[in-house]
Amino acid sequence: MSEPARLWGENLTLAYDQRVISRELGITIPDGSLTVIVGPNACGKSTLLRALSRMLKPAAGAVHLDGRLISSYPSKEVARRLGLLPQSSIAPDGITVADLVARGRYPHQKFLKQWSRADERIIAEAMAATRVSDLGSRMVDELSGGQRQRVWLAMVLAQQTPLLLLDEPTTYLDIAHQMDVLDLCAELHHDRGHTLVAVLHDLNHACRYATHLIAMSDGQVVAQGDPAEIITAELVEEVFGLPCRIIPDPETGTPLVVPADRRGKIAKRAAARQDGSTPPEEAPVAAGARQSA
Amino acid sequence: MTLERPSSAIADSENTDDALAARAALNQRTTAHTRVQLLRVVGLLVGLGVLVLCVMLSISVGAKPIPLPTVWHALIDDQGSYNQDVIFELRLPRTVLGIAIGASLGVAGALMQALTRNPIADPGLLGINAGAAMAVVVAIFIFGLTDLTSYVWFGFLGAAVTAFVVYFLGSRGRTGATPVRLALAGTAVAAVLIGLMNGIVIVNDFVFDQIRFWQVGSLVGRDMAIFAQVLPFLLIGLAIALFLGSSLNAIALGEDMAAALGARINRTRAVSALAIVLLCGGATAAAGPIGFVGLTIPHVARAITGPDQRWVLPYSAVLAAILLVGADTLGRIVLPSGELEVGIITALVGAPVFIALVRRTRMAQL
Amino acid sequence: MSTTKSQPAPAADRTRQGRRDSGDAVRVVRLAGDAVSFRLRTRMTFIYGTLVAATLVVFAITLMVGDYEIPLPRVLLALTGEGERLDVFFVQGMRLPRALTAILVGAALGVAGAVFQSLSRNPLGSPDIIGFTSGAATGAVLTILVLGGGMTQTSIGAVIGGLGTAGLVYLLALKRGVQGYRLILVGIGVNAMLLSARDYLMTRAELTEAMTAQVWLVGSLNGRDWTQVVAVSCGTGVLIPLILGLGPRLRLMEMGEDSARALGVPTQATQATALLTASALTGFGIAVAGPIGFIALAAPQLARRLVRANGTTLLGAGLMGGFLLLTADLIAQRALAPIQLPVGVVTAVVGGSYLVWLLYREWRTGRG
Repeated sequence: MSEPARLWGENLTLAYDQRVISRELGITIPDGSLTVIVGPNACGKSTLLRALSRMLKPAAGAVHLDGRLISSYPSKEVARRLGLLPQSSIAPDGITVADLVARGRYPHQKFLKQWSRADERIIAEAMAATRVSDLGSRMVDELSGGQRQRVWLAMVLAQQTPLLLLDEPTTYLDIAHQMDVLDLCAELHHDRGHTLVAVLHDLNHACRYATHLIAMSDGQVVAQGDPAEIITAELVEEVFGLPCRIIPDPETGTPLVVPADRRGKIAKRAAARQDGSTPPEEAPVAAGARQSA
Repeated sequence: MTLERPSSAIADSENTDDALAARAALNQRTTAHTRVQLLRVVGLLVGLGVLVLCVMLSISVGAKPIPLPTVWHALIDDQGSYNQDVIFELRLPRTVLGIAIGASLGVAGALMQALTRNPIADPGLLGINAGAAMAVVVAIFIFGLTDLTSYVWFGFLGAAVTAFVVYFLGSRGRTGATPVRLALAGTAVAAVLIGLMNGIVIVNDFVFDQIRFWQVGSLVGRDMAIFAQVLPFLLIGLAIALFLGSSLNAIALGEDMAAALGARINRTRAVSALAIVLLCGGATAAAGPIGFVGLTIPHVARAITGPDQRWVLPYSAVLAAILLVGADTLGRIVLPSGELEVGIITALVGAPVFIALVRRTRMAQL
Repeated sequence: MSTTKSQPAPAADRTRQGRRDSGDAVRVVRLAGDAVSFRLRTRMTFIYGTLVAATLVVFAITLMVGDYEIPLPRVLLALTGEGERLDVFFVQGMRLPRALTAILVGAALGVAGAVFQSLSRNPLGSPDIIGFTSGAATGAVLTILVLGGGMTQTSIGAVIGGLGTAGLVYLLALKRGVQGYRLILVGIGVNAMLLSARDYLMTRAELTEAMTAQVWLVGSLNGRDWTQVVAVSCGTGVLIPLILGLGPRLRLMEMGEDSARALGVPTQATQATALLTASALTGFGIAVAGPIGFIALAAPQLARRLVRANGTTLLGAGLMGGFLLLTADLIAQRALAPIQLPVGVVTAVVGGSYLVWLLYREWRTGRG
């Protein structure tokens, strides 16, 4: 690489108190990519995202942002370059949608300059982009889950950062709203050239939208690259302990993960139990499962 | 996150005979469970032993010390001696009252903390202490009463009425008496009562002089008559509390989960509140407000037993009784003349132990 | 949201924006193009203005009434130092310092309460948790009953007691970092010991001295003079602006720590600064007037409900606190005249009743 990426981490050891999640992890977010991080529960995806957004101070190693250590920037300066949608946020009681989105302007506001015309325009744009313009005067606590998530996204967009980190932005949303949010991510990536990093649970969504996929297991990066190149049945089984087939997505041609049918085995065992005999010894199906658990 | 992935769980169990594995696991767990139960029973028995020792000491120590062997003989064998008079007329009633009050406060505290899922909830949170104090102030100020026996009725009535008002206020509306509401309502009502009380006390020297001694919490001068007055309340309260353990365990999982498990939340809350009023109201009426016991003893009990309310409740009872009787005994010997009220000693002795415990162990959270 | 029509700089441009569903109109004020710009909520501006006006009215009444009544024109004359000697003595020497102390202490308690409630995201959050109030009370009682100190010494005793206790609780809870739960439990233990000590002192003291201590414990503004005004205005003059500057960050922190940090708020530094400043403010209040209850609890809640704000309103809490304490003190002086009640009695009874009513009303309608 001739020029280092805007956001990268080296030798990261990430830990909560005494519990180490990742050891000597290296990661680079390609500029202009829509990077998606996938992996089983508790594999360290969110922890990595928190470290990249300076929410978590690495026990060792460093995260670099635009050529400098991320920890060497003033707090507001980072917030002007890098936005984060955390997993859980609390909407203050009785706040309107417009007011909540306006809070995203905090890193740009100065003591005397609390509400410039630019602020106003950017907030309107952010709300238009996430299609919440009509909700401006509604109370956030009255909204549905999908609407609320879009409002939070609008707040992060109003921050106007070239880098956007999203921690499970589709959790708790129904399938249509999930697609809405992902379309929005793709739009930001394509039309505005933002660099996005998202943690997603759904492998098929990840394959469809990511330009760069990072698969994690047990705190380490197992594979990364173009989803079409790296997603194989072996990888999925190694990372998730899930036997599966990979077929091309009939819509997009990207990899589509289809879990193996295990109902046959369940029926067979049930039958065996009824006969009173023990089922025949089977080869361990998921050696990777215990490895990564 | 420690959630096991379902896929791996299924995959693992495929390798073994489910039934055998399940039985083996069950056996293992049963053995471990039996051992823990045994330990808990032994622990409780040890606690009771310590309590008996405290009782003997409490009877033996006083203005006229009676040697322990004499105490023992006097207790098991009626000789009609002078010592026996002292023991049965003065020291035994006071000691027994100490046990009853201690146990009641400990259990009431454990109930309150389980009910509100709040580590700093004490029985006073329902406004009981403030209500009892206010009623006693009224007894002195308006009716001119100054004897302990009449305080008991006023104190209990005040506690009960206040607790009822707080509970009524907290349980209005759709969601019922949620922990936060009870805490808010209790704080608000107690503030009004304490304000009124201060208003009366400050313009009236005589009331102030009476109430400042009552407010400390003491067993001095409490005789058999007072014990008989409050005993029924305490006994009923304790009996109710012992049946609440498993319902409270369910409530600890959160309201939705408790409802899903079939616990009747509102009924459990109301019954717990009733038990708290009986226990804490009775104890406060008899001895004045003793603050520290109900707040901290349940934490100590949880540190020993873990969060299972069926064990926390009896342990709280025994431990609190030990603390109260022990503190009362100590209060009779620390000063060269006169004695120190039990309400003062409980905290002075108990708090350092409590703080040391908090520092040493990971306290079981609610 | 409608875009505003641009006006030629540098004229002040005031554009009315669409009304909100919440009935909250917003005005944008811009000066010198975009260089100075901020939003004013009409309702907030109105409420704050009303609070200031109401405080001024009560202030004027406080200067006028008493066992020796002075009509308004003579009060104004006395304020300038002219007028009858008795007028000047009462107004400048007694009523003015007392009223100013009430406003300043009330404002300090209100702002400090708002900070504690915001940080703990708990409407009951208060400095009591770290044992500050309890320590101050025991320090003051010790000074009055054992050392026989006067008002100034009692203040010093209270501050030493409060700081000492807060420090002790913090140190005792310190073990590989301070954990919230442990801090609370240690606070309970230390609190209980202090209460015991206080009970012991109160029961062993002479009745009159115990009564003096009791009045202090309830919180009173009786006999406060210019010494107290100077002390408390120095404290609040520095600390309140400092805290108001933290306001925007505190409001962002109410959205969760991660969200606030993602927006560039240095959360730990903000938390530490806010805790320290709010504790110091409380300390000034207690030192001057004793542990007056309920202002710190009620003022932020009242201000927030009146303004219908979507976050902590520090300025509103301060204005409300000043107004409440001044009014409560007027009631305390006149309600049972010539008996002078300590103001703490009034704040507890009135504030507590108000809270009961508020809870009753909110819960009946199914909110909260």
